[in-house]
Amino acid sequence: MSNEEILQGLAAIVEEVAGVDAADVTPEKAFVDDLDIDSLSMVEIAVQAEDKFGVKIPDDELANLKTVSDAVDYIVKNA
Amino acid sequence: MNSPDVVVTGLGATTPLAGDVASTWDALLAGRSGVSTIEADWVDRYELPSRIAAQLAVEPTEVLPRVEARRLDRCEQVAMIAARQAWADAGLDENAVEPERLAVVIGTGIGGALTLLTQDDLLETQGLRKVSPLTVPMLMPNGPAAHVGLHFKAKAGVHAPVSACASGAEALAWAWRMLKTGEADVVIAGGAEACITSITMAGFTQARTMSTRNDEPEKASRPWDVDRDGFVLGEGAGVMVLERAEFAAARGARTYGRLAGIGTSADAYHITGPDPEGVGQARAIRAALRSGGIDPADVGHVNAHATSTQAGDVTETVAVRNAIGDHPVLTAPKSAIGHLLGAAGAVEAIITLLSVRDSLIPPTLNLENLDPGVQLDVVVGEPRKVRLDAAVSDSFGFGGHNVALAFTPA
Repeated sequence: MSNEEILQGLAAIVEEVAGVDAADVTPEKAFVDDLDIDSLSMVEIAVQAEDKFGVKIPDDELANLKTVSDAVDYIVKNA
Repeated sequence: MNSPDVVVTGLGATTPLAGDVASTWDALLAGRSGVSTIEADWVDRYELPSRIAAQLAVEPTEVLPRVEARRLDRCEQVAMIAARQAWADAGLDENAVEPERLAVVIGTGIGGALTLLTQDDLLETQGLRKVSPLTVPMLMPNGPAAHVGLHFKAKAGVHAPVSACASGAEALAWAWRMLKTGEADVVIAGGAEACITSITMAGFTQARTMSTRNDEPEKASRPWDVDRDGFVLGEGAGVMVLERAEFAAARGARTYGRLAGIGTSADAYHITGPDPEGVGQARAIRAALRSGGIDPADVGHVNAHATSTQAGDVTETVAVRNAIGDHPVLTAPKSAIGHLLGAAGAVEAIITLLSVRDSLIPPTLNLENLDPGVQLDVVVGEPRKVRLDAAVSDSFGFGGHNVALAFTPA
């Protein structure tokens, strides 16, 4: 799966869970500060991303995924 | 001591009859029933003897934005819908009242039962990681109040009275106290319930409280009729905006009327059954009149709790006669909207207030043969036109909770 495909897949999850327009989910955006996603929604996004991309995202790793590109890079490396 | 008058300036509701207050009121006056057959598969799966309910006329997901809806239990959804209607109806905006002077009191009887069931199923079938991180805020009984409080930035206090089927009325009583004691200028208050599901239906069935008139859903809820066989479970929410009268007048608000007095009491008799003499209920009614400075002779109407159960319906009329006299005219809105449990008291308070405002009492449906134990005048057939100087709304709950609210014209 390409980085672009992962970005699109992740954006779809963020839109489904948090109602953020998928087009706004761009690599440089921070989940909390830019996209206004709370910690509860981040847990849900992580669980859906695990299922969609076949990765494990432990809590201590999730805490390091500040931006969309952090998440895409993590998925690329661990999928 | 001079305490401030409490006025009602905004109303909101979503009920088995309609998605708003005005349409619900029209449907009540037209004598329409909100009771229908439940189509869900669990009715057959568990062979439930009661297959009817008063289900919402408008699905909350048709009203709320998608993401907001998925973060809220159905009980929280209806609370939010009714609260937004009431807020808009009151003509309030965020600059009209200081957050530190704005409070929320919204009660529920059951709370997020649907969430509890859904998430427990997920835990059983798919494991821990599929349980929603929103599970607890969705199922907690203070969830409806908390979400409404957060939405309107209410900082004077957010409370959630839980007293079974008296919760909605108790919330309004609580709001009245907050305004009387000066804790707030504006209170958004009411009740919410949405728990038409297998476990609640099963539990009420085992307590032998539910109607099984499945072949005639619209005739199943029949308070005071000799052939009543139990209540019909309903869902919905009712919310009022209440204000200190001076505060409302200063901002030029339109008022529906006054919540003049409130009374609360407890039976300390049995966990589900009312004291058969209605002593506790009568004490609540007397307290409402006393706190409102209302002469019993001026109470022309009682909007009854009357649920269509054998035990409760007649007891209440004894309490009304003892506390007020033989002159109040009764109606039982549960004949049309079913029993909304923790929302019932709030929705019925709205109906009572509209009766006072419009001098019009909606009919009790399905009352074909009046129980001989009822020695009061009940409105049947057409709405009754009668000028009201005061009216009382009764609400009682499992646990022996009694609440009476006394409304007077603006």
